[in-house]
Amino acid sequence: MNNVDLSVKIGSLVLQNPVMLASGTVGYGNEISDFTDLSKIGGIVTKSVSLNPRKGNPPNRITETASGMLNAIGLANVGLEAFIKDKIPFLSDIGSTLICNIAASSIEEYVECTKTLDAEDSVKAFEINVSCPNVKEGGLIFGNDVNNVRVITEKVRAVTNKPIIIKLSPNTASIKEFAQAAKDEGADAVSAINTLIGTSFDIYSKKPKIKNITGGLSGPAIKPVALSKVLEISRNVDIPIIGIGGIMNWKDAVEFMICGASAIQLGTVNFINPSASEEIIKGLNDYCIETGLSKISDLTASYLL
Amino acid sequence: MIEKDGIVESVEELQTDIFILKVKAPQIAVLAKPGEFCNIKVSDSIFPFLRRPFSICDVEDDVITFQFNLVGEGTKLLSQKKKGDTINIIGTLGVGFNLLGNYENALIVAGGIGAAPFPFLIKNISEKKNIISFVGGRSKKDIIKYKLKNIIASTDDGSEGFHGNVVELLDSEIHKYDSANTKIFACGPNPMLRALSKYSIERGFACEISTESVMACGFGICQGCNIEGKDFDRFLLVCKDGPVFKAEDVIL
Repeated sequence: MNNVDLSVKIGSLVLQNPVMLASGTVGYGNEISDFTDLSKIGGIVTKSVSLNPRKGNPPNRITETASGMLNAIGLANVGLEAFIKDKIPFLSDIGSTLICNIAASSIEEYVECTKTLDAEDSVKAFEINVSCPNVKEGGLIFGNDVNNVRVITEKVRAVTNKPIIIKLSPNTASIKEFAQAAKDEGADAVSAINTLIGTSFDIYSKKPKIKNITGGLSGPAIKPVALSKVLEISRNVDIPIIGIGGIMNWKDAVEFMICGASAIQLGTVNFINPSASEEIIKGLNDYCIETGLSKISDLTASYLL
Repeated sequence: MIEKDGIVESVEELQTDIFILKVKAPQIAVLAKPGEFCNIKVSDSIFPFLRRPFSICDVEDDVITFQFNLVGEGTKLLSQKKKGDTINIIGTLGVGFNLLGNYENALIVAGGIGAAPFPFLIKNISEKKNIISFVGGRSKKDIIKYKLKNIIASTDDGSEGFHGNVVELLDSEIHKYDSANTKIFACGPNPMLRALSKYSIERGFACEISTESVMACGFGICQGCNIEGKDFDRFLLVCKDGPVFKAEDVIL
Protein backbone atom coordinates (compact mmCIF):
# COMPACT_ATOMS: atom_id res chain seq x y z
CA MET A 1 0.00 0.00 0.00
CA ASN A 2 1.91 2.91 -1.33
CA ASN A 3 -0.13 5.78 -2.64
CA VAL A 4 1.89 8.69 -1.29
CA ASP A 5 2.05 11.63 -3.68
CA LEU A 6 5.71 12.66 -3.62
CA SER A 7 5.40 15.28 -6.35
CA VAL A 8 6.09 18.92 -5.54
CA LYS A 9 5.62 22.22 -7.33
CA ILE A 10 8.26 24.93 -7.52
CA GLY A 11 6.31 27.74 -9.13
CA SER A 12 5.25 26.30 -12.48
CA LEU A 13 7.84 23.53 -12.28
CA VAL A 14 6.51 20.13 -11.25
CA LEU A 15 9.01 17.60 -9.88
CA GLN A 16 8.17 13.92 -9.41
CA ASN A 17 9.64 14.13 -5.91
CA PRO A 18 11.41 16.79 -3.83
CA VAL A 19 14.92 15.32 -4.05
CA MET A 20 17.27 17.19 -6.38
CA LEU A 21 21.03 16.98 -6.89
CA ALA A 22 22.83 20.25 -6.18
CA SER A 23 24.91 22.17 -8.66
CA GLY A 24 28.63 21.55 -8.53
CA THR A 25 28.28 18.24 -6.71
CA VAL A 26 27.35 15.94 -9.57
CA GLY A 27 29.17 17.47 -12.54
CA TYR A 28 27.04 16.89 -15.60
CA GLY A 29 25.45 13.72 -14.29
CA ASN A 30 27.42 11.08 -16.17
CA GLU A 31 29.67 9.87 -13.34
CA ILE A 32 27.00 9.61 -10.66
CA SER A 33 24.69 7.71 -13.01
CA ASP A 34 26.93 4.69 -12.38
CA PHE A 35 25.67 4.66 -8.79
CA THR A 36 22.12 5.95 -8.87
CA ASP A 37 19.20 5.89 -11.27
CA LEU A 38 18.84 9.54 -12.26
CA SER A 39 15.37 8.95 -13.72
CA LYS A 40 14.10 8.43 -10.16
CA ILE A 41 15.20 11.78 -8.74
CA GLY A 42 13.20 14.99 -8.71
CA GLY A 43 15.74 16.97 -10.68
CA ILE A 44 19.39 17.52 -11.40
CA VAL A 45 21.03 20.94 -11.24
CA THR A 46 24.12 20.99 -13.41
CA LYS A 47 27.53 22.41 -12.57
CA SER A 48 27.52 26.19 -12.98
CA VAL A 49 28.00 27.07 -16.61
CA SER A 50 29.55 30.34 -17.77
CA LEU A 51 29.76 31.84 -21.24
CA ASN A 52 33.39 30.79 -21.70
CA PRO A 53 35.20 27.76 -20.25
CA ARG A 54 36.75 28.30 -16.81
CA LYS A 55 39.78 26.39 -15.58
CA GLY A 56 38.94 27.00 -11.96
CA ASN A 57 41.34 27.48 -9.07
CA PRO A 58 44.76 25.81 -8.75
CA PRO A 59 45.25 22.96 -6.22
CA ASN A 60 44.65 22.42 -3.34
CA ARG A 61 40.97 23.05 -3.81
CA ILE A 62 39.44 21.10 -0.95
CA THR A 63 40.07 20.10 2.63
CA GLU A 64 38.17 18.06 5.17
CA THR A 65 36.79 19.79 8.27
CA ALA A 66 34.77 18.71 11.29
CA SER A 67 31.53 17.28 9.87
CA GLY A 68 32.15 18.88 6.53
CA MET A 69 34.58 20.17 3.98
CA LEU A 70 35.83 23.38 2.45
CA ASN A 71 36.02 23.77 -1.30
CA ALA A 72 37.29 26.45 -3.62
CA ILE A 73 36.87 24.90 -7.05
CA GLY A 74 36.35 28.29 -8.68
CA LEU A 75 33.48 27.42 -11.03
CA ALA A 76 35.57 25.20 -13.30
CA ASN A 77 33.33 24.37 -16.26
CA VAL A 78 33.38 23.56 -19.95
CA GLY A 79 31.69 26.79 -21.07
CA LEU A 80 28.31 27.30 -22.69
CA GLU A 81 29.10 25.99 -26.17
CA ALA A 82 30.61 22.68 -25.02
CA PHE A 83 27.88 22.35 -22.41
CA ILE A 84 25.19 22.46 -25.10
CA LYS A 85 27.08 20.27 -27.55
CA ASP A 86 28.61 17.65 -25.22
CA LYS A 87 26.67 17.61 -21.97
CA ILE A 88 23.01 18.33 -22.72
CA PRO A 89 22.51 15.27 -24.99
CA PHE A 90 23.29 12.90 -22.08
CA LEU A 91 21.24 14.96 -19.64
CA SER A 92 18.25 15.02 -22.03
CA ASP A 93 18.06 11.25 -21.97
CA ILE A 94 18.15 10.57 -18.24
CA GLY A 95 14.43 11.06 -17.73
CA SER A 96 14.82 13.58 -14.92
CA THR A 97 14.10 17.28 -14.74
CA LEU A 98 17.12 19.22 -15.96
CA ILE A 99 17.85 22.56 -14.31
CA CYS A 100 20.82 24.59 -15.51
CA ASN A 101 22.82 26.59 -13.02
CA ILE A 102 24.35 29.74 -14.49
CA ALA A 103 27.30 31.65 -13.06
CA ALA A 104 28.63 34.81 -14.60
CA SER A 105 30.93 37.71 -13.97
CA SER A 106 28.64 40.34 -15.46
CA ILE A 107 24.92 40.94 -15.74
CA GLU A 108 25.21 40.70 -19.53
CA GLU A 109 26.78 37.26 -19.20
CA TYR A 110 23.89 35.99 -17.04
CA VAL A 111 21.47 37.24 -19.67
CA GLU A 112 23.43 35.80 -22.59
CA CYS A 113 23.69 32.33 -21.01
CA THR A 114 20.02 32.25 -20.04
CA LYS A 115 18.87 33.42 -23.46
CA THR A 116 20.97 30.80 -25.26
CA LEU A 117 19.91 27.94 -22.99
CA ASP A 118 16.25 28.99 -23.15
CA ALA A 119 16.19 27.56 -26.67
CA GLU A 120 17.09 24.07 -25.38
CA ASP A 121 13.88 22.08 -24.91
CA SER A 122 15.42 19.72 -22.34
CA VAL A 123 16.33 22.60 -20.01
CA LYS A 124 13.29 22.94 -17.76
CA ALA A 125 14.42 25.71 -15.42
CA PHE A 126 17.33 27.94 -14.45
CA GLU A 127 19.13 28.32 -11.17
CA ILE A 128 20.99 31.61 -11.07
CA ASN A 129 24.14 31.42 -8.96
CA VAL A 130 24.66 34.81 -7.36
CA SER A 131 26.43 33.33 -4.38
CA CYS A 132 29.65 31.52 -5.29
CA PRO A 133 32.21 32.50 -2.64
CA ASN A 134 35.24 31.28 -4.59
CA VAL A 135 35.65 33.54 -7.59
CA LYS A 136 37.11 37.02 -7.71
CA GLU A 137 34.60 38.43 -10.16
CA GLY A 138 30.88 37.84 -9.98
CA GLY A 139 29.56 35.33 -7.50
CA LEU A 140 29.29 36.85 -4.08
CA ILE A 141 30.07 40.35 -5.34
CA PHE A 142 26.60 40.12 -6.84
CA GLY A 143 25.07 38.00 -4.13
CA ASN A 144 26.01 40.38 -1.34
CA ASP A 145 24.26 43.36 -2.88
CA VAL A 146 20.50 43.17 -2.90
CA ASN A 147 20.27 45.66 -5.75
CA ASN A 148 22.44 43.46 -7.95
CA VAL A 149 20.27 40.45 -7.18
CA ARG A 150 17.25 42.57 -8.09
CA VAL A 151 18.73 43.65 -11.44
CA ILE A 152 20.02 40.19 -12.37
CA THR A 153 16.63 38.63 -11.63
CA GLU A 154 14.82 41.30 -13.62
CA LYS A 155 17.12 40.99 -16.67
CA VAL A 156 17.09 37.19 -16.68
CA ARG A 157 13.32 37.16 -16.23
CA ALA A 158 13.01 39.26 -19.37
CA VAL A 159 14.66 36.62 -21.59
CA THR A 160 12.97 33.40 -20.46
CA ASN A 161 9.53 32.14 -19.54
CA LYS A 162 11.01 29.06 -17.88
CA PRO A 163 11.10 28.92 -14.09
CA ILE A 164 13.92 30.89 -12.47
CA ILE A 165 15.45 29.93 -9.14
CA ILE A 166 17.82 32.37 -7.46
CA LYS A 167 20.49 30.61 -5.38
CA LEU A 168 21.10 32.69 -2.28
CA SER A 169 24.15 33.16 -0.12
CA PRO A 170 24.10 32.70 3.65
CA ASN A 171 26.98 35.17 3.89
CA THR A 172 24.63 38.12 4.35
CA ALA A 173 22.99 39.76 7.31
CA SER A 174 19.42 39.35 6.13
CA ILE A 175 18.66 36.62 3.63
CA LYS A 176 14.94 37.46 3.60
CA GLU A 177 15.62 40.77 1.85
CA PHE A 178 17.33 38.91 -0.97
CA ALA A 179 14.48 36.43 -1.23
CA GLN A 180 12.00 39.31 -1.33
CA ALA A 181 13.99 41.04 -4.08
CA ALA A 182 14.02 37.83 -6.12
CA LYS A 183 10.28 37.46 -5.68
CA ASP A 184 9.57 41.11 -6.56
CA GLU A 185 11.44 40.75 -9.85
CA GLY A 186 9.61 37.61 -10.87
CA ALA A 187 11.76 34.70 -9.71
CA ASP A 188 9.77 31.50 -9.24
CA ALA A 189 11.78 30.24 -6.29
CA VAL A 190 14.94 30.63 -4.26
CA SER A 191 17.43 27.98 -3.25
CA ALA A 192 19.16 28.34 0.08
CA ILE A 193 21.85 28.07 1.05
CA ASN A 194 25.07 28.18 -0.91
CA THR A 195 28.23 27.45 1.12
CA LEU A 196 29.45 29.46 4.08
CA ILE A 197 32.85 31.15 3.79
CA GLY A 198 35.48 29.44 5.91
CA THR A 199 39.16 28.64 6.10
CA SER A 200 41.56 26.12 7.61
CA PHE A 201 45.30 26.34 8.32
CA ASP A 202 48.11 23.84 8.74
CA ILE A 203 49.59 24.55 12.16
CA TYR A 204 53.14 23.56 11.18
CA SER A 205 53.52 25.16 7.74
CA LYS A 206 51.24 28.02 8.89
CA LYS A 207 49.75 28.02 5.40
CA PRO A 208 46.10 27.74 4.41
CA LYS A 209 45.04 24.22 3.50
CA ILE A 210 43.43 25.48 0.31
CA LYS A 211 45.26 27.66 -2.16
CA ASN A 212 42.39 30.16 -2.43
CA ILE A 213 42.84 30.77 1.35
CA THR A 214 39.08 30.75 1.92
CA GLY A 215 36.56 28.28 0.62
CA GLY A 216 32.94 27.33 0.93
CA LEU A 217 32.00 25.21 3.92
CA SER A 218 29.50 22.43 3.25
CA GLY A 219 28.28 19.26 4.90
CA PRO A 220 26.39 18.55 8.13
CA ALA A 221 28.38 21.30 9.89
CA ILE A 222 26.22 23.92 8.12
CA LYS A 223 22.81 22.25 8.45
CA PRO A 224 21.58 24.29 11.45
CA VAL A 225 22.57 27.53 9.68
CA ALA A 226 20.83 26.44 6.49
CA LEU A 227 17.67 25.47 8.37
CA SER A 228 17.51 28.85 10.09
CA LYS A 229 17.89 30.65 6.74
CA VAL A 230 15.15 28.54 5.16
CA LEU A 231 12.91 29.24 8.13
CA GLU A 232 13.68 32.97 7.96
CA ILE A 233 12.65 33.12 4.31
CA SER A 234 9.60 30.94 4.91
CA ARG A 235 8.31 33.17 7.73
CA ASN A 236 8.82 36.41 5.82
CA VAL A 237 8.54 35.90 2.07
CA ASP A 238 5.88 34.08 0.06
CA ILE A 239 8.14 32.23 -2.40
CA PRO A 240 8.91 28.52 -2.86
CA ILE A 241 12.21 27.53 -1.24
CA ILE A 242 14.59 24.76 -2.22
CA GLY A 243 16.49 23.80 0.94
CA ILE A 244 20.20 22.97 0.73
CA GLY A 245 22.88 22.48 3.36
CA GLY A 246 24.35 19.35 4.88
CA ILE A 247 21.54 16.92 4.10
CA MET A 248 22.90 13.41 4.68
CA ASN A 249 19.71 11.35 5.02
CA TRP A 250 15.91 11.42 4.77
CA LYS A 251 15.49 12.80 8.28
CA ASP A 252 17.50 15.87 7.34
CA ALA A 253 15.33 16.27 4.23
CA VAL A 254 12.15 16.10 6.32
CA GLU A 255 13.55 18.73 8.70
CA PHE A 256 14.21 21.14 5.81
CA MET A 257 10.69 20.66 4.46
CA ILE A 258 9.17 21.27 7.88
CA CYS A 259 11.20 24.50 8.08
CA GLY A 260 9.74 25.73 4.80
CA ALA A 261 11.42 23.96 1.89
CA SER A 262 9.25 22.77 -1.00
CA ALA A 263 12.10 20.64 -2.29
CA ILE A 264 15.67 19.91 -1.23
CA GLN A 265 19.04 19.52 -2.89
CA LEU A 266 21.73 17.00 -2.04
CA GLY A 267 25.28 18.27 -2.33
CA THR A 268 28.28 17.08 -0.40
CA VAL A 269 26.65 13.75 0.52
CA ASN A 270 26.99 12.73 -3.14
CA PHE A 271 30.77 12.58 -2.67
CA ILE A 272 30.50 10.12 0.20
CA ASN A 273 27.35 8.20 -0.62
CA PRO A 274 26.61 8.55 -4.34
CA SER A 275 23.40 6.54 -4.02
CA ALA A 276 22.03 8.79 -1.25
CA SER A 277 19.29 10.24 -3.46
CA GLU A 278 17.47 6.95 -3.91
CA GLU A 279 17.77 6.13 -0.20
CA ILE A 280 16.35 9.54 0.72
CA ILE A 281 13.41 9.26 -1.69
CA LYS A 282 12.52 5.91 -0.14
CA GLY A 283 12.94 7.34 3.36
CA LEU A 284 10.62 10.26 2.57
CA ASN A 285 8.00 7.89 1.20
CA ASP A 286 8.19 5.69 4.31
CA TYR A 287 7.97 8.76 6.57
CA CYS A 288 4.79 9.88 4.82
CA ILE A 289 3.25 6.43 5.30
CA GLU A 290 4.38 6.33 8.93
CA THR A 291 2.92 9.74 9.73
CA GLY A 292 -0.21 9.44 7.59
CA LEU A 293 0.69 12.07 5.00
CA SER A 294 -0.97 11.45 1.63
CA LYS A 295 1.05 14.09 -0.16
CA ILE A 296 4.52 15.22 0.79
CA SER A 297 3.89 18.81 -0.23
CA ASP A 298 1.79 19.14 2.95
CA LEU A 299 5.01 18.86 4.88
CA THR A 300 6.33 22.18 3.56
CA ALA A 301 6.36 24.88 6.24
CA SER A 302 4.46 22.65 8.64
CA TYR A 303 6.48 23.99 11.56
CA LEU A 304 4.74 24.63 14.87
CA LEU A 305 6.40 27.54 16.59
CA MET B 1 33.15 1.53 -10.67
CA ILE B 2 30.70 0.30 -8.10
CA GLU B 3 29.95 0.82 -4.42
CA LYS B 4 29.97 -2.35 -2.30
CA ASP B 5 30.47 -3.51 1.25
CA GLY B 6 33.62 -5.58 1.71
CA ILE B 7 34.39 -7.92 4.58
CA VAL B 8 37.69 -7.48 6.39
CA GLU B 9 39.79 -10.65 6.26
CA SER B 10 42.77 -9.32 8.20
CA VAL B 11 44.69 -6.22 9.27
CA GLU B 12 48.36 -6.69 10.07
CA GLU B 13 51.12 -4.28 10.99
CA LEU B 14 53.80 -5.13 8.45
CA GLN B 15 56.37 -2.90 10.13
CA THR B 16 56.18 0.22 12.29
CA ASP B 17 53.08 2.19 11.24
CA ILE B 18 52.75 0.31 7.92
CA PHE B 19 49.63 -1.86 7.65
CA ILE B 20 48.35 -4.52 5.29
CA LEU B 21 44.54 -4.67 5.06
CA LYS B 22 42.85 -7.54 3.23
CA VAL B 23 39.21 -7.15 2.27
CA LYS B 24 36.93 -9.65 0.59
CA ALA B 25 35.08 -7.73 -2.12
CA PRO B 26 34.50 -10.03 -5.10
CA GLN B 27 32.67 -7.63 -7.41
CA ILE B 28 35.36 -4.97 -7.00
CA ALA B 29 38.33 -7.38 -7.01
CA VAL B 30 37.36 -8.66 -10.45
CA LEU B 31 37.57 -5.13 -11.88
CA ALA B 32 41.03 -4.31 -10.50
CA LYS B 33 43.97 -3.31 -12.66
CA PRO B 34 47.45 -2.28 -11.45
CA GLY B 35 47.64 1.36 -10.40
CA GLU B 36 43.90 1.82 -9.84
CA PHE B 37 42.54 2.74 -6.44
CA CYS B 38 39.51 2.44 -4.18
CA ASN B 39 37.83 5.09 -2.04
CA ILE B 40 37.07 3.63 1.36
CA LYS B 41 34.60 4.70 4.06
CA VAL B 42 36.61 3.99 7.18
CA SER B 43 33.71 4.39 9.64
CA ASP B 44 29.93 4.15 9.70
CA SER B 45 29.59 7.62 11.23
CA ILE B 46 30.30 11.07 9.78
CA PHE B 47 33.73 11.02 11.43
CA PRO B 48 35.95 11.18 9.55
CA PHE B 49 33.71 12.93 7.04
CA LEU B 50 35.27 11.95 3.75
CA ARG B 51 36.31 8.61 2.30
CA ARG B 52 40.00 7.74 2.11
CA PRO B 53 41.62 6.78 -1.21
CA PHE B 54 44.05 3.84 -1.30
CA SER B 55 45.92 2.18 -4.18
CA ILE B 56 45.20 -1.43 -4.87
CA CYS B 57 48.25 -3.25 -3.54
CA ASP B 58 47.35 -6.76 -4.61
CA VAL B 59 44.41 -8.96 -5.55
CA GLU B 60 44.18 -12.65 -4.69
CA ASP B 61 40.97 -14.20 -6.03
CA ASP B 62 38.20 -12.10 -4.46
CA VAL B 63 40.36 -10.46 -1.81
CA ILE B 64 41.87 -7.00 -2.31
CA THR B 65 44.97 -5.97 -0.37
CA PHE B 66 45.61 -2.36 0.62
CA GLN B 67 48.83 -1.06 2.11
CA PHE B 68 48.73 2.12 4.16
CA ASN B 69 50.70 4.09 6.69
CA LEU B 70 49.31 5.49 9.88
CA VAL B 71 49.05 9.23 9.28
CA GLY B 72 45.82 10.46 10.82
CA GLU B 73 42.44 9.64 12.28
CA GLY B 74 41.17 7.85 9.17
CA THR B 75 44.08 5.43 8.88
CA LYS B 76 44.01 4.92 12.66
CA LEU B 77 40.40 3.72 12.46
CA LEU B 78 41.27 1.53 9.50
CA SER B 79 44.20 -0.03 11.37
CA GLN B 80 41.81 -1.02 14.18
CA LYS B 81 39.45 -3.03 11.95
CA LYS B 82 38.87 -6.64 12.89
CA LYS B 83 38.27 -9.75 10.82
CA GLY B 84 34.60 -9.82 9.83
CA ASP B 85 34.09 -6.03 9.98
CA THR B 86 32.30 -4.44 7.04
CA ILE B 87 33.78 -1.51 5.14
CA ASN B 88 32.14 0.29 2.26
CA ILE B 89 34.29 0.59 -0.84
CA ILE B 90 33.89 2.52 -4.07
CA GLY B 91 36.09 1.01 -6.74
CA THR B 92 37.88 0.47 -8.81
CA LEU B 93 38.76 4.02 -9.71
CA GLY B 94 41.09 5.93 -11.97
CA VAL B 95 43.52 5.09 -14.72
CA GLY B 96 46.32 2.70 -13.76
CA PHE B 97 49.69 1.77 -15.23
CA ASN B 98 50.06 0.86 -18.89
CA LEU B 99 52.05 -2.38 -18.84
CA LEU B 100 52.00 -2.90 -22.59
CA GLY B 101 55.00 -2.19 -24.78
CA ASN B 102 58.20 -3.68 -26.11
CA TYR B 103 60.43 -2.71 -23.18
CA GLU B 104 62.53 -5.44 -21.57
CA ASN B 105 63.34 -3.76 -18.26
CA ALA B 106 60.60 -2.62 -15.88
CA LEU B 107 62.17 -0.35 -13.29
CA ILE B 108 59.99 0.21 -10.26
CA VAL B 109 60.83 3.34 -8.28
CA ALA B 110 59.04 3.61 -4.94
CA GLY B 111 59.36 6.15 -2.16
CA GLY B 112 58.00 5.20 1.27
CA ILE B 113 54.36 4.11 1.11
CA GLY B 114 54.66 4.62 -2.66
CA ALA B 115 55.54 0.92 -2.72
CA ALA B 116 51.82 0.16 -2.33
CA PRO B 117 50.69 -0.36 -5.96
CA PHE B 118 53.61 -2.49 -7.12
CA PRO B 119 52.84 -6.03 -5.89
CA PHE B 120 49.81 -6.07 -8.19
CA LEU B 121 51.82 -4.55 -11.04
CA ILE B 122 54.48 -7.24 -10.65
CA LYS B 123 51.80 -9.94 -10.68
CA ASN B 124 50.32 -8.60 -13.91
CA ILE B 125 53.39 -7.70 -15.90
CA SER B 126 54.72 -10.16 -18.48
CA GLU B 127 57.09 -12.77 -17.05
CA LYS B 128 59.52 -11.91 -19.83
CA LYS B 129 60.21 -8.49 -18.36
CA ASN B 130 63.26 -7.91 -16.18
CA ILE B 131 61.87 -6.27 -13.03
CA ILE B 132 64.08 -4.25 -10.67
CA SER B 133 62.58 -2.50 -7.61
CA PHE B 134 64.33 0.65 -6.43
CA VAL B 135 62.92 1.34 -3.00
CA GLY B 136 63.67 4.48 -1.04
CA GLY B 137 62.88 5.84 2.41
CA ARG B 138 64.08 8.30 4.99
CA SER B 139 65.46 5.52 7.17
CA LYS B 140 65.65 1.71 7.37
CA LYS B 141 62.23 1.51 9.03
CA ASP B 142 60.62 3.33 6.09
CA ILE B 143 61.79 0.81 3.49
CA ILE B 144 58.81 -1.29 2.37
CA LYS B 145 59.68 -4.53 0.57
CA TYR B 146 56.27 -6.23 0.66
CA LYS B 147 55.95 -8.56 -2.35
CA LEU B 148 58.49 -6.66 -4.43
CA LYS B 149 61.12 -8.31 -6.66
CA ASN B 150 64.87 -7.74 -7.09
CA ILE B 151 65.03 -4.96 -4.51
CA ILE B 152 67.74 -2.33 -4.30
CA ALA B 153 67.17 0.02 -1.36
CA SER B 154 68.24 3.55 -0.55
CA THR B 155 67.88 5.57 2.64
CA ASP B 156 68.33 9.28 3.20
CA ASP B 157 70.28 8.59 6.41
CA GLY B 158 72.29 5.68 5.05
CA SER B 159 70.86 3.17 7.56
CA GLU B 160 70.17 0.69 4.78
CA GLY B 161 71.47 0.26 1.24
CA PHE B 162 72.51 3.23 -0.87
CA HIS B 163 73.05 6.46 1.10
CA GLY B 164 70.88 9.02 -0.67
CA ASN B 165 67.46 9.36 -2.21
CA VAL B 166 65.89 6.88 -4.58
CA VAL B 167 66.42 9.03 -7.67
CA GLU B 168 70.14 9.22 -6.86
CA LEU B 169 70.08 5.45 -6.40
CA LEU B 170 68.47 5.02 -9.81
CA ASP B 171 71.08 7.33 -11.32
CA SER B 172 73.87 5.17 -9.90
CA GLU B 173 72.40 2.10 -11.63
CA ILE B 174 70.99 3.61 -14.81
CA HIS B 175 74.10 2.80 -16.92
CA LYS B 176 72.90 -0.84 -16.92
CA TYR B 177 69.75 0.05 -18.85
CA ASP B 178 69.10 1.28 -22.36
CA SER B 179 66.34 3.87 -22.55
CA ALA B 180 65.02 2.28 -25.74
CA ASN B 181 63.95 -0.91 -23.97
CA THR B 182 63.32 0.26 -20.42
CA LYS B 183 60.22 1.67 -18.75
CA ILE B 184 60.01 3.28 -15.32
CA PHE B 185 56.96 2.88 -13.03
CA ALA B 186 57.00 5.19 -10.03
CA CYS B 187 55.02 6.15 -6.96
CA GLY B 188 55.98 8.27 -3.99
CA PRO B 189 55.87 11.76 -2.53
CA ASN B 190 55.57 14.71 -4.93
CA PRO B 191 59.16 16.02 -4.54
CA MET B 192 60.47 12.55 -5.47
CA LEU B 193 58.12 12.26 -8.46
CA ARG B 194 59.05 15.76 -9.60
CA ALA B 195 62.76 14.92 -9.52
CA LEU B 196 62.23 11.56 -11.18
CA SER B 197 60.02 13.01 -13.93
CA LYS B 198 62.68 15.58 -14.78
CA TYR B 199 65.39 12.90 -14.68
CA SER B 200 63.56 10.42 -16.92
CA ILE B 201 62.41 13.03 -19.43
CA GLU B 202 65.97 14.42 -19.78
CA ARG B 203 67.38 10.95 -20.38
CA GLY B 204 64.61 9.77 -22.66
CA PHE B 205 63.20 7.01 -20.44
CA ALA B 206 59.49 6.23 -20.66
CA CYS B 207 58.15 6.90 -17.18
CA GLU B 208 54.72 6.61 -15.60
CA ILE B 209 54.08 8.15 -12.20
CA SER B 210 51.27 7.43 -9.76
CA THR B 211 50.29 10.69 -8.08
CA GLU B 212 48.30 11.46 -4.97
CA SER B 213 46.01 14.28 -3.96
CA VAL B 214 43.49 15.27 -1.38
CA MET B 215 40.16 14.19 -2.81
CA ALA B 216 36.54 13.81 -1.80
CA CYS B 217 34.54 11.66 -4.21
CA GLY B 218 37.24 9.80 -6.15
CA PHE B 219 35.24 9.61 -9.38
CA GLY B 220 35.21 13.08 -10.90
CA ILE B 221 32.25 14.95 -9.45
CA CYS B 222 33.83 17.04 -6.70
CA GLN B 223 36.64 18.40 -8.92
CA GLY B 224 38.80 18.71 -5.82
CA CYS B 225 41.90 16.74 -6.86
CA ASN B 226 43.11 18.82 -9.79
CA ILE B 227 46.66 18.71 -11.12
CA GLU B 228 48.28 20.92 -13.73
CA GLY B 229 48.69 19.19 -17.07
CA LYS B 230 51.13 20.09 -19.84
CA ASP B 231 49.36 21.39 -22.93
CA PHE B 232 45.85 20.87 -21.59
CA ASP B 233 43.31 23.70 -21.56
CA ARG B 234 41.85 22.38 -18.32
CA PHE B 235 43.21 21.01 -15.06
CA LEU B 236 43.48 17.22 -15.00
CA LEU B 237 41.90 15.26 -12.17
CA VAL B 238 44.04 12.83 -10.19
CA CYS B 239 41.00 10.61 -9.56
CA LYS B 240 39.77 10.29 -13.11
CA ASP B 241 42.52 11.28 -15.55
CA GLY B 242 45.07 9.62 -13.20
CA PRO B 243 46.25 8.72 -10.64
CA VAL B 244 48.86 7.35 -13.08
CA PHE B 245 50.15 9.83 -15.64
CA LYS B 246 52.97 9.83 -18.14
CA ALA B 247 55.75 11.89 -16.54
CA GLU B 248 55.67 14.37 -19.41
CA ASP B 249 51.93 15.01 -19.14
CA VAL B 250 51.77 16.68 -15.72
CA ILE B 251 53.46 19.47 -13.80
CA LEU B 252 53.93 18.57 -10.15
